[in-house]
Parts: sequence; structure tokens; C-alpha cells
Amino acid sequence: MATGLSHALKHLPRQGHQSGSPPDWWTAGALVLAALALMPVAAVVFFAVDSSGDIWGHLVRTSLPGYVGNTLWLMLGVGCSVFLTGVSTAWLVTMCRFPGRRIFEWLLLFPLAIPAYVIAYAYTDFLEYAGPVQGLLRALFGWHSARDYFFPEIRSLGGAITLMGLVLYPYVYLLARSAFLEQSVNVLEVSRVLGRGPWRTFTTVSLPAARPAIVVGVSLALMETLNDYGTVDFFAVYTMTAGLVDVWLGMGSLAGGAQIATTMLAFVILLITLERISRRHQKVYQQSSSRFRALPAYYLGGFRSALAIMACALPVLGGFVVPVLVLGRLAIVYFERSWTPAFQTYTLNSLLLSASAALLALLVALFIAYSRRLNGGRVLGFATRIAALGYAVPGAVLAVGILVPFAAFDNALDSLLRRTVGFSSGLLLSGTVVAVLFAYVVRFLAVALGQVESSLEKVSPSMDMAARTLGYRAGQTLLRYHVPLIRGGMLTAVMIVFVDCMKELPATLLLRPFNFETLATHVYQFASDEMLGEAALGSLTIVVVGLIPVLVLSRMIARSRLTLGNPAGQG
Amino acid sequence: MKYSYSILRSLIISSLLVATPLLVSAAEVNVYSYRKPQLIDPMFAAFTEQTGIKVNSVFAKKGMLERLQSEGANSPADLVFTVDIGRLSDIKNAGLTQSVDSARFAGHIPKNYQDPQGHWFGLTTRARIIVASKERVKIGEILSYEDLADPKWKDRICTRSGKHPYMVALTASMIAHHGAAGAKVWLAGLKSNLARKPKGNDRAQVKAVKEGECDVAVINHYYMANMLKDPEQVPWAESVNVLFPNQSDRGTHMNVSGVALTKHAPNRADAIKLMDFLAGSQGQQMYAQKNGEYPVKSGVAWNELQKSWGKFKEDSLSLAAIADNRAAAIRMADEVGYNN
Repeated sequence: MATGLSHALKHLPRQGHQSGSPPDWWTAGALVLAALALMPVAAVVFFAVDSSGDIWGHLVRTSLPGYVGNTLWLMLGVGCSVFLTGVSTAWLVTMCRFPGRRIFEWLLLFPLAIPAYVIAYAYTDFLEYAGPVQGLLRALFGWHSARDYFFPEIRSLGGAITLMGLVLYPYVYLLARSAFLEQSVNVLEVSRVLGRGPWRTFTTVSLPAARPAIVVGVSLALMETLNDYGTVDFFAVYTMTAGLVDVWLGMGSLAGGAQIATTMLAFVILLITLERISRRHQKVYQQSSSRFRALPAYYLGGFRSALAIMACALPVLGGFVVPVLVLGRLAIVYFERSWTPAFQTYTLNSLLLSASAALLALLVALFIAYSRRLNGGRVLGFATRIAALGYAVPGAVLAVGILVPFAAFDNALDSLLRRTVGFSSGLLLSGTVVAVLFAYVVRFLAVALGQVESSLEKVSPSMDMAARTLGYRAGQTLLRYHVPLIRGGMLTAVMIVFVDCMKELPATLLLRPFNFETLATHVYQFASDEMLGEAALGSLTIVVVGLIPVLVLSRMIARSRLTLGNPAGQG
Repeated sequence: MKYSYSILRSLIISSLLVATPLLVSAAEVNVYSYRKPQLIDPMFAAFTEQTGIKVNSVFAKKGMLERLQSEGANSPADLVFTVDIGRLSDIKNAGLTQSVDSARFAGHIPKNYQDPQGHWFGLTTRARIIVASKERVKIGEILSYEDLADPKWKDRICTRSGKHPYMVALTASMIAHHGAAGAKVWLAGLKSNLARKPKGNDRAQVKAVKEGECDVAVINHYYMANMLKDPEQVPWAESVNVLFPNQSDRGTHMNVSGVALTKHAPNRADAIKLMDFLAGSQGQQMYAQKNGEYPVKSGVAWNELQKSWGKFKEDSLSLAAIADNRAAAIRMADEVGYNN
């Protein structure tokens, strides 16, 4: 392992700190970015400081225990589901050889493009009494009404766990797969030489090495579970988020809602801190040669390869094929009603917004991550970690956390200009696309940052040392050496943020300008009223557009390891 | 020097571009809406066609109040549209509205459907009706909201979440009529009669009756019209009888969709024109025909379905009283564990 060497290198004097060097723009810039990203979360905490009357007493006596219980079960269920599905499929397609492996490699990403609320609607339509499954069962067994037989209720805690697991596992799959792809061939060979079989190599070598990436994946999935409102509301699973919306909108207490949000945040911080502490001394750097050497592969035969195919096919079937078929049928039935001239505009809006937000988020993440690498600032690390937690806050609340500071800025500027030059600037940023873009970047910065940081972490510091010794400045080093090395991670980051923005709803709804619709807001108008038919075409378009980057990037990532899947590379 | 000037110029131009929507001063009205666009856009289009005044709108259900509040005096919004009394009274209580002389709506909007100080006005009413399975419930077997708590309906009733604004308003009206203690006994009784945990919207409750999961459901009346417009849902609507509760005493509980003029409305005069239009005969008729809502203005033609149901007695309780009991109603839903 390179750990010892890099540890020593880390303590060498740094180039950037020589006397007479300009002020450290990297740290300053990163701090500004982190402060901006931190703003919405800070605003939510600030709302929570206000009094909420006796709401907590009431909640603790009545609903709160139920909210907490449901939230914990949901997180536990989704956590296990995404871990098992994501890691096992990533391992299978990376390290094993079985028929269809190369197709599954990218098919497994597809459920990422399906919003959780959409899959919830689709499965309800599919599994409900009047749907095809129960209809078939009734026809087969001669049952007549719902009282003649038992059928599991999809709109339940179990249903929510299953469906959220199906659309969220790709986070883990994606990160685990790139971690497995980047693992050192040497270490795997050592493991083999020492007589370890595939299973023990997996548990004792690959899994621990991939742990940072897997943790990022699972925590993204869990934060998304925590902030979800659409699915749990539709399934009548009352989580903390549902309680928050009750308190905020029903009882008219933003402070009370913000207090619940802050409590949820504290819980997330606790979990993440515990995880970080538990692997404080673990550091794994990627070997610079690994990319160009083939990973050893396990060839599966007969029964085992059938099992592998099943393990990979099930998540794709459940998380993609079934919902797309359901939506496809509805989109055809309701096509006349849904296909309007404005539809193209919505699609274009979604595309442009999501693409710009994805690029912006990547740049911000790269800047912050690299700046941390340069100077390892604790303040910066803390600030970005908290800011990234914005992901765990329900979107509508975070949107208010953006709304309030933006409007305050606009109003302050307006009154300043009025006093000084007698000109009114009105609301400059509020209610514009800028606010929506800002919301996207802040919301999904966690995704981009997690991905970029975990890729960057694997680049050995000796790279930096070498480049700087050759006289390159920090920025040049980043562009010439790091960016090419972590290209795969960067692409993944852009892809996930793009798809997430396509699906984003609550912040878009609240912050957008007049007469401005994206596909998600368009779908929501109907879906929120359980008019799935009218919403189907829009939902399907979100999925199809979201698939474009999934396809492009999964190909690029696969190519980034040149000899992957090349039988000649097998020793 | 020249270079920095051009940067300055492009900065000004780009900031103007960002702010353009606010600077264009053609006649227009800006709307913040809790109502789904497909339900009010047709009325806005008719208004624009008639007056040449453009209507801009943005729809959201969560955080509109906060948006209006934080934008303050610079807010572009003129009007806020809502689907129930709750949000109307929330924005009034937050001090975000201004009064409109209610004399101009005399003869259009009944007194109990407007704010006593003229801060909000109901534009349409929606009756909270009971529907019962044609197969399994005899006509006349259930007649009032009070009947819903009768133990004979044990495991036979479906409703949506007890904390949804429509259910909250119904509970609030029960508090107004029976006092807090009486209403709580009623809500607990209704809860124990539920066939399943509350889930889905009103439409989903009718579907559950059709599928045999329950026999009786409580819904807003216009869902019947909506279901009859959707080929897949027609059988649901046709499986139930419609009942307007409490015809022999106080009448059926009514809620409103309504409008309020914002405190700092930049286009005040044009906004009031839009209110006039919607409260007037043409707007009211569109609401009845297109959405199946009841017009607040009397003498406006109902749609066919409404005609087939005939006239009914409305609860004359003022909506302001319902608004006052909302918070208590939500807590009551928690206390009886309505959604568990």
C-alpha cells in the first residue's frame, strides 16, 4: 500500500505557501462558495429559532412517536435494500463474467432516471384492484371482489421501502462500480496468491477498499429517502417529513417545521460523523498503473450465471421496465390530452436548466474538493459537509431557505439604490431562473462533491508533489493531472446531478418565474391530483431525457478502463 | 478603460435582461396560485381575450405564503388564488392582503363566503358530500355527517387524510356546531368506522367503494364530475349514489376556492378587474361548466350533473368561523389518531 509513503509526503512543505506567494485564492474562493451553499441550511436553522408555541408538547403526546418510528423503519429498509442491490450488482458486473453482463452494466443504471413519486404512481396503477395483476388473479381463481382474497397493499411502509429501494440503488451501484473498477489489480492478485476465493476477496479486500464510495452512495440514497414527501404522502406513510409539512402548512408554523427539519439534520450529522470516525485511519490510494491493467475476472457457469442474471435482471425489471410499460400504456391512452404545443417548451426548459445546473455543480464541487486537498482546511471541510447536508432537508423547506435570503438581498439592494441613485431595482434574483439554478446547485452539491472527493481521494498525493516539483501551479496541476485521472468520477457527478435536476420538484415549483414550467412541474399538476394518465407522457419524457446522459456516460466510464472485458487481458 | 466600460455595459444589459419581466409595463396581472393551472387557465384566457390584460401565474402548494412575505413591498404578485378557506385566512392573518370594497361584489358573492373585512372572497363553492355504494347501501340509510360516527358503519367508511384541508374544514365546522368535546367524540367515532387507513385523494375513496373495500366515502362534489370525464373512472362514479348531508337540519358543509388581493399589488386596478370578471356571470359560468364547481353567484347556470342533483340546502356557517377552528381541528386529528 502506498499509505506510508503518501503519509510522509503529506508532511513535506507545500509549494503554495512559500514566502511572497499571493493570497490563497483557492481557500478564499472555496470558503465563499461553501458559505453560499451553506446559506439555505443556515436559514432553515434560523427559522427554527423562533417560537412554535406548544407544538412539540402536542406532537410528542400524539403523532411524533409514529413519525419517528416510520422514518427509522423506512431508512433502515431502504438502506439495506440499496446496499444489497447496489453492491451485489456492481460486484457481479465488474468482477464476474456471465451472459448479458455488458448489457446489464448500463441497464442497471436506468432506474436512476425514474422519479420516486412516478414509480409510486405507476406501481399503484399496476398492482391496484382494477390493475392487470389483480385482474389476472381474479380471472385465474374466480374471485369476485376485494374481500375474496388477500393481496399485499402497495401503499404501505413495505411498498415505500421496496419502490424507493428500486429507484435509489443506482446511487450505490454507480459509486460501488467505479470503486471496484479503480481497485488495485496488485492487491487482488496478492489476495489470489494467498489462496482467497472470490467471496473472501470480496469481503476482505474489495469491500473495505470501496467502503468510502459505498457509504457516499448509501447516504445519498438515505438523504433522498429522508427528504422525500411525494411518495410517502401518496402511500400514507407518515414520516418526519410528512409531520413537518403538517406542522408548517396545517398548523401554520414555519418555525415548528424548521425545528423538525433541524432535528432531522442533527440526526444525519450524527450518522455521518460516526461513520467517518470509524474509518479515520483508513486511506486507500489508487495505483497510477491500475487503469491499464485488466482486472481479474471470475467466470460463472451454469447455475451460478443464471443466479447472476437474475440478480441483475430483477432490479432493472422492477425499477425500470415495469414502470415504463405502465407509463407507456397510459401515455398512449391519454396522448391526445397530453401532447400540447407547450410540451416542447417544458422539455427544453428542463434540459437547459438541468444541464447548466449539472455543470455548475461540478465546477463548484471540483473547486471546493481541490481546495480542500491543497490546504486541508478544517473550517472548509466542516462548512462543505454541513452545506452538503442540504440534501437531507425536504425540498420545499430548503426552497424557503433560499427564497428568504434572496428576497432579503433583493430588497436591501433595492432600498440602497432608491436612497442613493433614486433607482428601483425591484426583485433582481427572486422569482428568476437564477434562483432555481442556485437551488439545484445547492441541493445536489452533496452528490457532486461526494463523487468528486471520493475520486480525488484515490489520487495519490505523490502526483501533486511531482507536478508541483516540476513547477506547475495548483490550477495547472488540477487541469493537467487530476482532471484526466478523475474524469470518470466527474462524469458520474454531472450525470447524477443532471438526472436529479430533471426530477427535482418542490424547489422548482416554489422558486420559478411566472408562466414557467419544467417537465417535473407539468407532471406534478396532474400527478398531485392522482391524474396519472395525464401525467404519463411527461413522466415518460423525464425518464427518456434522463436516460441520454445515463447512456452516454456509462459508455464513457466503461471505456475509461481500457482493457475491461477484454479476454486477452486475462492472465 | 474602454474594456472596463464594455464590461460595465454588458453587466447592466444582462441584469436588465434578468429583470425584464418586471420592467415591461404592458397591462398585466400577476397571480400566485395554490390552484392547479389547468383549473383556472381557461378563465384567465377568457379574461385576456376580453380585456387585453395578460395574466401571469405561478402555481405551488408549499411556501407561497413565505414567498409573498419575504418579497415584501417589491413582490410582483397582485392576487393569490387558493382552493380552500385555510390558505385564505393564513395569508390574511400574515398581513399580506388588502381589503377590497365588498360593495362591488354585492349580489355576486354571499356574505358568508367572504371575509368580513373584505380581505378575501370566495369565487366557487364545493360541497363536502357523502357517496354510498349503490349495491350495498340503501338510499336513506345515511343522511348526515353525524351518521358517519354511528357504530353500524364500523369498517365501512373511507376518507382521505384527516389532516387534509378539506377534512380539516369539515372537522372545524363540526367544532363550530357541536363544540370541541362533541366534535372530538364524532371524529373518534368516524375514525373507528374507517375501513382502512386514510390514503389517497377524494377520487381514490370512490374507487375503494367501487372495489368493495368500503361502502361509504366522504368527498368534494366536483370529483364526481371529474371522474365522469375520464373513461377509466366512469365506472367508479357510477357505482355510487350521491348524498347531500344534513338536508333536514343545518345543510351541507361548504368550502370555497377564493382569491385575495395582495397588500402591495403593483397592478391593483387590473387585478380588481380580474376579480370582477371571475365573480361576474361569464367567469362564474365557466367555473360551473369547466370545473363542476358551484358558482357563488346565484342565477348562474349549473352544469348538467349539478342540475341532475338538484338544489340543496347549504350550511350557512360563515367560513371565517371555520377558519378560526382549523388549528383545533388538525390537533384533534392527531389526538384521535385519525391517520394511524
